[in-house]
Amino acid sequence: MKTVRIGAGAGYSGDRIDPAVELAERGKINYLVFECLAERTIALAQKAKLKNPESGFDPLLEERMEAVLPLCVHNQIRIITNMGAANPAAAVVRTRAIAARLGLHGLRIAAVTGDDVLAAVAVGGFRFIENGQPVESLADRLVSANAYLGAEPILAALRAGADVVLTGRVADPSLFLAPLMHEFGWDASEWNLLGRGTVVGHLLECAGQVTGGYFADPGVKDVTGIAHLGFPIAEVSADGCALVTKVEGSGGEVTEATCKEQLLYEIQDPCCYLTPDVTADFSGVTLHQQSRDRVRVRDGKGHPRPEQLKASIGYRDGYIGEGQISYAGPGALGRAQMAARILEERLSAARLSALRFDYIGVSSIHGDSLSPIAHEPWEVRLRVVARAETEQLASRIQREVEALYTNGPAGGGGATGSIRETIAILSTLIGRDRVHPSVQMEVS
Amino acid sequence: MQLHEIAHSRTGDKGSFVTISVIAYRPEDFQLLRQALTTQRISELFAALIDRPADRYELPKIAALNFALHRPDSEAVTRSLALDAHGKCLGSALLSLEI
Repeated sequence: MKTVRIGAGAGYSGDRIDPAVELAERGKINYLVFECLAERTIALAQKAKLKNPESGFDPLLEERMEAVLPLCVHNQIRIITNMGAANPAAAVVRTRAIAARLGLHGLRIAAVTGDDVLAAVAVGGFRFIENGQPVESLADRLVSANAYLGAEPILAALRAGADVVLTGRVADPSLFLAPLMHEFGWDASEWNLLGRGTVVGHLLECAGQVTGGYFADPGVKDVTGIAHLGFPIAEVSADGCALVTKVEGSGGEVTEATCKEQLLYEIQDPCCYLTPDVTADFSGVTLHQQSRDRVRVRDGKGHPRPEQLKASIGYRDGYIGEGQISYAGPGALGRAQMAARILEERLSAARLSALRFDYIGVSSIHGDSLSPIAHEPWEVRLRVVARAETEQLASRIQREVEALYTNGPAGGGGATGSIRETIAILSTLIGRDRVHPSVQMEVS
Repeated sequence: MQLHEIAHSRTGDKGSFVTISVIAYRPEDFQLLRQALTTQRISELFAALIDRPADRYELPKIAALNFALHRPDSEAVTRSLALDAHGKCLGSALLSLEI
């Protein structure tokens, strides 16, 4: 019985590269998928592209391609990735140059484009899903708008013989679903098969998060070899059932528990996980540990795909200024609280909004209501943060925190500060007839 | 006892939502989770952080519950001023519940 083996070589833009090399070398995989595009990443890439039209793709594209391309060519592994980010065409040009430099000739490298819908949503009555406001109301602050494409344009690239497919915004599971549709000839309306393929994609898209990463809890959930955490492989059969495993000898573990955590990761209603390809139903999925590091995944389902596509819209949302300073020893918390009161007074006229104080080591993560204070902490780090309309206004915070050295409570140390521009993300829905994916192929 | 003893959890984010799974180590404890972790109890626990009651979903096949918590727009992951803007650590607060 034919099976297809897909490896996940990255779960986010900055992910470790060694496990991808391990997969290409010893994973006996047919496809290597790199998922590298978080919601906000594409807006930042778009900003880079505006400065330099040859940039706007993933910052680690070159390093990753150099590390895995020769192995993938040698082992006949096809690469699918959204590392094209805001500029898949430029990513193809760069990848082709790397291939040529490495002496890899005749490689077919495809760009999937058409996700950029900024021009369409900036006019024409679109509204944000989150707050119902017209998209046009932020017209002068819009940075990017990208529709989530599905598996179909990747499938087209694979059918045209692409060895490497570089996309922009594509729904994460679609990166994995496309090669399954290609290998097994699944039709775009076989909803149960597409649902199962989406389950596989969802389990793998965060790479190490299904092999013991983000899972370990010493004494409760112990994971061995996590420093050398291996990335997952799904061995999928034509009926969409899959075996999740990893490279033999790599660190981490694949268990029913690691798969359960990842199955529900970032999921709202498990009956209704919307992608451009299908409405996937995870609610009946069963997991069975077959042997060590091998978990059988069955019983995913699917229903017809949503009518419209979701698009993520990035916009400039002002600046965030931040400062931190530590207090330690007897009375540390009292001095940190005093510093906060001083800052509140000094910053009161500074045209900042949403001024916020956190006591790191005490209550900064869960807030006052969820953080029991059992005893006086030995050290406390005061964090102060606020929004500002300009960079200059935001810089006031770090200056005032630094001034606490000579103008504040006793014994402050380790003051730091930062200013960052906020690119915030909202979403809208766009008709499929307004989005035109296409594939461009280059040969090295 | 503390929930941490019988269940594990992972937290994720989706725009304005924080999603938290609670998974029983032993399938037979699923009923206990269902009874103890009512929508009301979870909504009260996170009252300071959310602007509407939590949604709860049941997954008996894997002995798990899944919660979706909606935060105010100002606290969506790309805008939040919180140190843990994603809310990734919230599942750990849930596991501290006495049941």
